[in-house]
Amino acid sequence: MSTDIETKNASQAAEAGERRINMIEAINDALDTMLGRDPDVIVMGEDVGYFGGVFRCTAGLQEKHGKTRVFDTPISECGIIGVAVGMGAYGLRPVPEIQFADYIYPGLDQLISEAARLRYRSATDYIAPLTVRSPFGGGIFGGQTHSQSPEAIFTHVSGLKTVIPSTPYDAKGLLISCIEDNDPVIFFEPKRIYNGPFSGYYDKPVEPWKKHKDSVVPEGYYKIPLGKARHVTEGEQLTVLTYGTMVHVAEAVCREKGVEADILDLRTLVPLDIEAIEASVEKTGRCLIVHEATRTSGFGAELSALVTERCFYHLEAPVERVTGFDTPYPHSLEWAYFPGPVRIGDAIDKILKD
Amino acid sequence: MADRPDGAGETGHNKPALSLHVPEPRYRPGDTVDFSHLNIPEAGAQARPDETCDPKDMGALAYDLVRVLGEDNKAHGPWNPNLDAETLRTMLGHMAMVRAFDERMFRGQRQGKTSFYMKCTGEEATSVAASMALASDDMVFPSYRQQGILIARGYPIVDMINQIYSNKADKLKGRQLPIMYSSREHSFFSISGNLATQLPQATGWAMASAIKGDSRIAATWVGEGSTAEGDFHSACTFATVYNAPVIFNVINNQWAISSFSGFAGAERTTFAARALGYGLAGLRVDGNDALAVYAAQRWAANRARANAGPTLIEYFTYRAEGHSTSDDPSGYRSAQEREEWPLGDPIMRLKNHLVAIGEWDEDRQQAMDLEAAEKVKAATKEAEKNGILGHGMHHPFHTMFEDVFEELPWHLKEQAEQATRERQIKWPQGGGPKT
Ligand SMILES: Cc1ncc(C[n+]2csc(CCOP(=O)(O)OP(=O)(O)O)c2C)c(N)n1
Repeated sequence: MSTDIETKNASQAAEAGERRINMIEAINDALDTMLGRDPDVIVMGEDVGYFGGVFRCTAGLQEKHGKTRVFDTPISECGIIGVAVGMGAYGLRPVPEIQFADYIYPGLDQLISEAARLRYRSATDYIAPLTVRSPFGGGIFGGQTHSQSPEAIFTHVSGLKTVIPSTPYDAKGLLISCIEDNDPVIFFEPKRIYNGPFSGYYDKPVEPWKKHKDSVVPEGYYKIPLGKARHVTEGEQLTVLTYGTMVHVAEAVCREKGVEADILDLRTLVPLDIEAIEASVEKTGRCLIVHEATRTSGFGAELSALVTERCFYHLEAPVERVTGFDTPYPHSLEWAYFPGPVRIGDAIDKILKD
Repeated sequence: MADRPDGAGETGHNKPALSLHVPEPRYRPGDTVDFSHLNIPEAGAQARPDETCDPKDMGALAYDLVRVLGEDNKAHGPWNPNLDAETLRTMLGHMAMVRAFDERMFRGQRQGKTSFYMKCTGEEATSVAASMALASDDMVFPSYRQQGILIARGYPIVDMINQIYSNKADKLKGRQLPIMYSSREHSFFSISGNLATQLPQATGWAMASAIKGDSRIAATWVGEGSTAEGDFHSACTFATVYNAPVIFNVINNQWAISSFSGFAGAERTTFAARALGYGLAGLRVDGNDALAVYAAQRWAANRARANAGPTLIEYFTYRAEGHSTSDDPSGYRSAQEREEWPLGDPIMRLKNHLVAIGEWDEDRQQAMDLEAAEKVKAATKEAEKNGILGHGMHHPFHTMFEDVFEELPWHLKEQAEQATRERQIKWPQGGGPKT
């Protein structure tokens, strides 16, 4: 498997007249594209209308597409998601925004008991084709209420899809797929890398997206299929399974250590690209799982179990997990919490030891 | 007054101790019931404001009780919907059918044909008359005691029973608890077991209808106990903010399982008055008066259709039976309540009205009741041919894995294969679990 885009350097891309945009602009572009293509697409959420969202992901969309297509909502996550379920049942394709993933909990019942099971319980009488967008993850000094990575809560629920991009190109193509999907999807946006990929060194400046190959984002409509992982780098020494911000951190650590890693950006956790995972672990015989969410019952536990069940006889070392700690995300100590280069480096050393 | 000085709270202080109020219903098992404290106004005495009026100008109606049928069995006042006799007989027929259906299904549960059933005895008007005041393609988001809507909309009774038996003809493939119907064809939303979730959904549907410039409106039903859920308040906020064409029907049947309405706040105000704080139109209606129910629902529907906004209607009624087949109300309420309920039985009141206006008689009533019972009996027999719960005649077993997602993902495919293998070992003759 190879990446979906060609590898070009910045000057080549500029010469070819290609746009380089950051992840916020890519998400905005995806929403703009879909609002333009499908009159049933509705964007709504706290502050998303006139102001364009606290992270500016919906900037300009209300002005362009009108107030009944893009609008602000009351601060009621239960209401936002419940209303979106009803809109979906009507035949619209709502794209509600939850301002921070940490605030999705008041809307959980509508997601877990309603959106996720509507198709099943009604035997396809009704569906809930909504895409809930929400910025998630830490590393922006958000404290314990603006930094969580709750993806495991959703991957545990039958009937929900969970999607997490790690580049502007993917963000646009995946979001378009989510909006067109007839199942309810949680689209988590790794806000640490909204403006540029992050190497894991909090004290080093972030490289802006405009210098990165994965920020060449075509105009107009294109899709990246759900359930397909992306090969970030190819290597023989070990497999790294990761997603979101940690894709870039893991990549930087492997580069620094001179480790030839097969890094898979999973992109969708449900449905999961099990074939890509199996092929990679069978090739390398070693597997590291990296995510930012807390460790216990995190999605890494599922990945570790799958790799052990399905690739046991290919494994030459125990599967390792690098994760956040099982504490809330501490404000002042956030860089002690963050699963950065040291934690990842140690795990790689352990896996490669013999 | 009990001003709180600095440092108060040490032992020996002379301020009154605070005390927690825990609501208690007036009557418990064995108590003699007296409902004379209820303020039951004269039928016909309530004003009927214009459907497009400002909610501020109709605040009194949130505390009053809209009534049409008087003690004389005649229709009175401005809320009289002036329905023709044929419509009234149809309404009566649907209500009688609901009661016959409930009786039969209750017995079916006791005979082990299904796991569970919920009657709506005494509340038939709140679904039958209300749904007759809506257009057939207005979308309804019911709770679990609105079987009357399906019956009024002509949904086949056999299909209702198939659903209750979870048999091989169950349109919901045996996935839902009995009585949790769904029918897109009848604009009847899939019922959830999680209370009050349908309220924001109905609001969202109504908003979608408004976004698309459609003319269909939405209506939703919820018990008074469930109005304490956050979803109720979210829905009221959204409905008022976007002026959604939605009707919230709150069925105040006095009891939420064993908790009386006081635990949802009824000691302090009415449920209709909840509307006022949101700027919604609020109506409090005699829920055992089919004409008043019809009139209120029609008023709210007209209001929604005229883009004049949402309405919250409280139907003041009484749950004459247990909460469900799993409940025995004699453990928590006086047996006398049902008999003493001052608003009567909605079916008898409508029947007496028809008799009083010379459009009905006892013989026709008897014949109608008999016909309803026969129809339900025949439908039960028909449904039983498709199986009853636990007797192995259910949907093909692989359907268990279908419809979780639009397409079957690899992990469900693998689990389905595992289940197939298990099944061959557990039931080599085919079929399935026989309890
Ligand atoms: C969220 C949720 N909490 C609790 C329950 C359990 N439960 C089922 S019915 C019920 C009582 C509901 O009372 P009310 O809303 O007044 O409706 P009624 O049964 O009187 O028609 C309860 C507590 C549930 N189904 N969902």
